[in-house]
Amino acid sequence: MDIIEFIVGRYNYWIFITLMMMGLYIVISRGNLVKTIVGLNLFQTSVFIFYISIGKIVGGTAPIIVGNYKADDSYGDGHGDGYGADATVTDHGNSGASENLHDTDGLDLPSNSLSADVPAGGEVSAASGSLHQMPETAADMASGTDAAYASVADAAAQGAEVIYTNPLPHVLILTAIVVGVATTAVGLALAVRIREAYGTIEEDELEAEDHFAEFGVPLHPEQGQGRGQGSQTQGGAA
Amino acid sequence: MAIPGLEQLPVLPVVIPLVAAPLTLLMKPGRAPWAWATLVSWVTFVTTLLLLEGVWVNGPIEYAMGGWGAPDGMTAPLGITYYIDLANALVLTLVAGIASVVFPYAYYSVESEIDHRQTPAFYTALLICFTGLLGVTITGDAFNVFVFLEISSLSTYALVAMGARNDRRALTASFNYLVMGTIGATFFVIGIGLLYQATGTLNMLDLHQQLMGQSNRMVEAGFAFIITGIGLKLAMVPLHLWLPNAYCYAPSAISAFLAATATKVQVYIILRFMFTVFGFEFAFLDVALNAFIILGIAGMFYASFVAVFRDNVKQMLAYSSIAQIGYMLLGISFGTVDGVAASLIHVFNHALMKAALFMGVGCVVLRIGYSNFSAFNGLAKRMPWTAWGLIISGLSLVGVPLTVGFISKWKLMEAAFQTQTIIPPLLIVLLIGASSLLAAIYIGRLAYAMLLQPVPEDAEPVKEAPHLMRITMWIMVLANIWFFFQTDVTVGVATRAAQALLDTGLGYGGAY
Amino acid sequence: MMAHLILRVTIKLLFAPIIIFALYVQFHGDYGPGGGFQAGVIFAAAFVLHALGFGIDETKKVLPPKVLPWLMVIGVLFYAGTGVATLLLGENFLDYDILQPDSHHHAGQHIGIILVELGVGIAVASTMLTIFYHFAGREPEIRDEDW
Repeated sequence: MDIIEFIVGRYNYWIFITLMMMGLYIVISRGNLVKTIVGLNLFQTSVFIFYISIGKIVGGTAPIIVGNYKADDSYGDGHGDGYGADATVTDHGNSGASENLHDTDGLDLPSNSLSADVPAGGEVSAASGSLHQMPETAADMASGTDAAYASVADAAAQGAEVIYTNPLPHVLILTAIVVGVATTAVGLALAVRIREAYGTIEEDELEAEDHFAEFGVPLHPEQGQGRGQGSQTQGGAA
Repeated sequence: MAIPGLEQLPVLPVVIPLVAAPLTLLMKPGRAPWAWATLVSWVTFVTTLLLLEGVWVNGPIEYAMGGWGAPDGMTAPLGITYYIDLANALVLTLVAGIASVVFPYAYYSVESEIDHRQTPAFYTALLICFTGLLGVTITGDAFNVFVFLEISSLSTYALVAMGARNDRRALTASFNYLVMGTIGATFFVIGIGLLYQATGTLNMLDLHQQLMGQSNRMVEAGFAFIITGIGLKLAMVPLHLWLPNAYCYAPSAISAFLAATATKVQVYIILRFMFTVFGFEFAFLDVALNAFIILGIAGMFYASFVAVFRDNVKQMLAYSSIAQIGYMLLGISFGTVDGVAASLIHVFNHALMKAALFMGVGCVVLRIGYSNFSAFNGLAKRMPWTAWGLIISGLSLVGVPLTVGFISKWKLMEAAFQTQTIIPPLLIVLLIGASSLLAAIYIGRLAYAMLLQPVPEDAEPVKEAPHLMRITMWIMVLANIWFFFQTDVTVGVATRAAQALLDTGLGYGGAY
Repeated sequence: MMAHLILRVTIKLLFAPIIIFALYVQFHGDYGPGGGFQAGVIFAAAFVLHALGFGIDETKKVLPPKVLPWLMVIGVLFYAGTGVATLLLGENFLDYDILQPDSHHHAGQHIGIILVELGVGIAVASTMLTIFYHFAGREPEIRDEDW
């Protein structure tokens, strides 16, 4: 039973590791440059999933403030002070939650961050609230924006604690996604240029061409077919 | 409107090139982008010098981006902070200093090697790369390191690929660099994610506080991912395969700039993470230190040995860079103040010598057109200034007295004698000597070609490189000699910087 | 000419709502989910869709490639300029509070984030379109008919 719990309880990690290894394997094993980029993308995406899953708290909603948020007294004193009290919660909410989970050997724990206990989640929720202070009350906001949140807002208005997902990993990974897009664009641009310069995007053919250009003999003379054949005759002529 | 005072100084080295870079894109091809980039690099250099002085006099500086600093009664800041102590002030000054010499140098080299219409894009990418390198060095936030790392890397890929006008292999070199670099960066992010999961913070100093006493498998995995990821970017020996071609086929000015700055910044990240973030309480650190001894020595020998047989001088110098990274890792692996100081000194000195060497090769490429050994035959007669510049900085690479290379090796050997590692100190010293001999062989080969080989008979007469290139190159060459006599500048700063790094690592000293 | 009629009419119908959605995501970004990155991509997607339906040459008439570098630069400068403005006003880089210091509702934060996200949105949209133009605008070595 422990084994099953060990496997099922950490399913996000298994997905992450599987995807990551698949991506890495494609990068290493495929000779086609575009496939390499596909692998690279898979590899990066697995990390995005990893980040998003560590921010998830069971029962937590999207980190958009709902409920009867009220401005406290220090509100408006300049955010250095205003956020101070909440920030205490931020730090200890987050680290406290994770420390509870990971104070001993990470792999021997019965739960992972997906099943963070509710009190910890509650603290995190307060924390995320503090990072998203708004001038209007949340009720205004909820009515002004999206009816879908009305029920949560109602629940919050009745005094129930709203649990938020930790927004920080989302923000981090948004940055990483942008970096990933840029990498893909640069990689594909290079693949296009390589195709224009060499006429191929297969790594072994590229290698053969470079080898021929540098040493004047084909890389694999015994294979002698296709491109290799052509270069062989040229080599002979030279 | 208030003029930003010195309290805003820490952010300027990043903001100035960041604002300047997009403006460069709109300029007309030709002198304007170059002159602008040069001006920016000088201004940035001045700000980093002021920072270094400020840190030297007043101790570490913290700067909270957007005012999201630590609230009252709290130690950890809410947002991204820039944290500058002597270690990164030194590296910052180095990067900006190299830029302020290489950017003016670049003009003629770039005009000959890159499509004229692309020059604004080239200098834009160069400035963005510069921003990234400075950002990596200055930031005190672990995730921010990744962002700046990728900013610099992405522009580096583009810059390397711009060498395709001379040699199409620049494209494949750049592609390989991109794949390896992205894997490295992604490993780094995984590591940061694991650390975040374990601690709930991303600030480096706060990470150090939270990690104290934590030594579970998750933190160890995070550590391994971070070191491997940066190892890939650093071209640590088994992970170095992207570097030789990337440096070889990049435009000459880029080779000079990257060889002198990019890997140095990565060494700094390794130092920062090993000692500031993890520190000596982290038991796993010893494993990494022991691994670094082996990898460092392997790199010193393997890469030097390969360098001896290269036919392309740029490639030879690129392999030599990998070997020099071995020395830096060796210095780190001692885990002592002297060792880390030796490593930092070598970071500084190696930047000086490699910049000078690659700049010299750039002059040859400009006038003769390629960088194979045959281009260097009889160079002392054809381009005496360039040839003698190359010889002096080559001697510095070997570690001959009167050059900075000697200081590096001397400090490294001194540190080796004072530490107990898995390899006896005497053997390490002998190995350092032996790998210096290998360096002497490949530099000797270059010197032999330049001094004693006859000028090829069918060679067209060549002029000496333009004044601008010669002067900037000789600034670097003379720096190689000057810093031999002014050791208190490098050794003094580096020793105190190492002290500061290890103090946070040991748990006392100035975290907050 | 009539070959892609349904496609083209659909694209014509969708084009404006996509742009409006992009603007919504852009300017709602300081209250709710959204922001410059997403809005920029959605904005660019509208033009990519247009190019798919009407051909890239038509799209280049609507949004000439010459404009894009300027937009990219303006976007980044909007972002960096906000930071520089806060510096010049005497606060830390990107400390938006100084933009509207007397406010009791952190109006400075709102102004700052809107400016920054606007810059990000412009930069992302123009960068996306530049990438698209460069990839799609290349002369194919193998023409579509030869596949």
